[in-house]
Amino acid sequence: MTPIGVDEWVARSGDRRDQSGWRGRLGYLDARVGWWQRLFLVGLAAFVYGQFVVGGNVNYAQTGFNVLLYAILALGLNIVVGWAGLLDLGYIAFFGAGAYGYALFSSHAFGNLPLASGGVMLPAIASIPIAVAGVAILGVLIGLVALRLSGDYFAIVTLFVGQAFAEAANNVAPGTLGGANGLFGLQGFHVGSAAIGSTLGYYWVAVIVLVVLMGLLHLLDSSRTGRAWRAVRDDSLAASAMTIPVNKVKVMAFAFGAVVAALAGTIFAAQQSSVFSTNFSAQTLILIYACLVLGGAGSIGGAVLGGVVVTVAQQLLSSPIDSAYLFYGILVIVLVTRVRPWRYLAAVLAAIVAFGVAAHAIVGAISHRAIAGSPGSAGWFSTALRHYVIVPRGEPLTYGNILYIAAIVMVIVVVQLKGIRRLIAVVPTVYVGICCWEARLTLDPGITAQIMIGAILIVTMAARPEGLLGTRRVEVV
Amino acid sequence: MQIFIQTLVTGIVTGCLYALIALGYSMVYGVLKLLNFAHGDLYMVGAFIGYFAIQWFGGSTSLIIPVPLLLIFMMIVAGLGVGLLGVAIERFAYRPLRNAPRIAPLITALGVSFILEDSVLLLFGGFTKNYNAPAFLPFSQSIHIDGVNIDSVQLIIVGVSLVMMFGLRELVNRTVFGKSMRAVASDREAAEMLGINVDRTIAMTFFIGSAMAGVAGVMSGLAFGQISNIIGFLAGLKAFTAAVVGGIGSLPGAMIGGLVIGLCESFSSSYISSQYSDLIVFAILIVTMLIRPQGIFGRPPLQKV
Repeated sequence: MTPIGVDEWVARSGDRRDQSGWRGRLGYLDARVGWWQRLFLVGLAAFVYGQFVVGGNVNYAQTGFNVLLYAILALGLNIVVGWAGLLDLGYIAFFGAGAYGYALFSSHAFGNLPLASGGVMLPAIASIPIAVAGVAILGVLIGLVALRLSGDYFAIVTLFVGQAFAEAANNVAPGTLGGANGLFGLQGFHVGSAAIGSTLGYYWVAVIVLVVLMGLLHLLDSSRTGRAWRAVRDDSLAASAMTIPVNKVKVMAFAFGAVVAALAGTIFAAQQSSVFSTNFSAQTLILIYACLVLGGAGSIGGAVLGGVVVTVAQQLLSSPIDSAYLFYGILVIVLVTRVRPWRYLAAVLAAIVAFGVAAHAIVGAISHRAIAGSPGSAGWFSTALRHYVIVPRGEPLTYGNILYIAAIVMVIVVVQLKGIRRLIAVVPTVYVGICCWEARLTLDPGITAQIMIGAILIVTMAARPEGLLGTRRVEVV
Repeated sequence: MQIFIQTLVTGIVTGCLYALIALGYSMVYGVLKLLNFAHGDLYMVGAFIGYFAIQWFGGSTSLIIPVPLLLIFMMIVAGLGVGLLGVAIERFAYRPLRNAPRIAPLITALGVSFILEDSVLLLFGGFTKNYNAPAFLPFSQSIHIDGVNIDSVQLIIVGVSLVMMFGLRELVNRTVFGKSMRAVASDREAAEMLGINVDRTIAMTFFIGSAMAGVAGVMSGLAFGQISNIIGFLAGLKAFTAAVVGGIGSLPGAMIGGLVIGLCESFSSSYISSQYSDLIVFAILIVTMLIRPQGIFGRPPLQKV
């Protein structure tokens, strides 16, 4: 917290200090590479992934597509939340509206209307602009109305707009919008006369959209409008004193965000070839927020990085061997970066190993059945941890549940302790965490992924509210 | 006329539940200016605690203790348990962010809501659980007046809600704690300078608000029977609507708002369409916000420069 009366330059003095070692070198390199070169690198990475890594594997293509989709969505949210500082909790409605808009003009949805028997099957080149333009008008209208309110009240109204959209898509005109069954059998995109049928094809579409969008947004960011957004975000009263039309600028940001979301929605609908109202739930909204917040609100690169991290983490958590790499990798990284100096780190690591072996031996001596179960991880982890973690045979769920609660309580205790006590408490906590992971969390990967997302949000907000790539905003009082 | 009165009764009963949850929302907003999205999930946790209390005492068909004792036990345990959970959430998730930008605690609240929902899913599974309250609170005990049924659960809900709301009003208006809570709500820094223990006041506020949500969870389980890990979201959203309609930060507003939302919901589902009842509730909120953003009892926020 900046003390009252300290100005921004003084408050940021720490950031300007020269750093030595690999951090300093990295920072030097970071300062040398220009923005457009970085965009080129992003495009190159996406090209290499699509061309050489995917190699016909549908899962890889789908993961790549999801990453790009969430990156595009986070970019759109970044305009509203990161740049204009409007807490838009109804963003998901525009994503959904774009998807439904595309679906209506590319399926049999209008089949029961007298003028268009057999449905409206516009080519994508026509239906995407119609859907996006429709959502843009919707965005301006909702923005004009909602932006009469400020701060929390704006967040509340947009939250309800989002909920109302999901309810409406589910209940209004089930003959046309499909109700809970959704719309399916959508027509895909075409290039010339060839249809894009594969997931990889949509991956390439998304790559092009993402790279072009990043370029445009970068130009927008440094334009007069972009500067006006940031001025309004930091102090709307001062901005209006500087003759910035505050309301117009806010509505513009809101509508721009809506347009990006709608564009993402059309691609999503075409790739899925179906839309369901459950695709546009509050859960998805929170995921998009997780991407933006983790990467750093206000930064284009941050939004994209957040999309990559969140989507890839979710994907990894769904496979037992990958999730084990992720879990133990994060564990080791956290220990290595947080425990200093090195001899303490070595002592803690050795203690964790010794503690586990001892606990395993003691429990095994008391009851053989208590250690007879096998760890939940797959591959060599399972073999390596067989004589380390305590997994009983028989009732793994109850045991795992108790461990889960114990692990949460222990983590909370560790956070509260200081100094040498914390180091000592870390040892059993890590061990209980590992046991809990092996006995319970790997069994329900879907739920585990959701819990991890929640934990990521909380930890990021507490440790680094500006996200991975964001710049810290000093609030001058 | 029968249908009208029956709908009125249902509306008042659901309205009381919404009001109890809304009070917690409003209190927390009053002292912290934080939209606590995890509040609805606390209500869900309360419902689960009540369910396990029934199982603990032999299940709904073969209770080993008298029914009134069970009801009191359920409400006290759920109130205490959820209250302590609320205090723990405040302590570990929100307190470190008290001076952070406004968006940070909001995002944290979303994260807490995620963790609560999915932890319950992990621990107890995704199956819908049933209180099966009619087994020990039979409908034969209900009151019939001229074709209108008021069953015992509904009487319990209205009675307990009235007692709790009255108690809260007295607590806020008459006690030292209530005074310090109002002081913290109106200006935290000034309250701190005058020697009020702000941390303790906020923790107490969370405790009371969460405990009321927990009791509301138990009573909704008795009334509606089915509970699962996702009931918190929609109930929280509606209670939140109630708090906003009444004027967020205002306690009488939350009570009136709860009744308004409950009545709107029951009348729209019996006279218009049950499919559209949620949509109608949300539409009411959006219209209220646009006409009178501060709600029925709220005061418009002053802009400090």
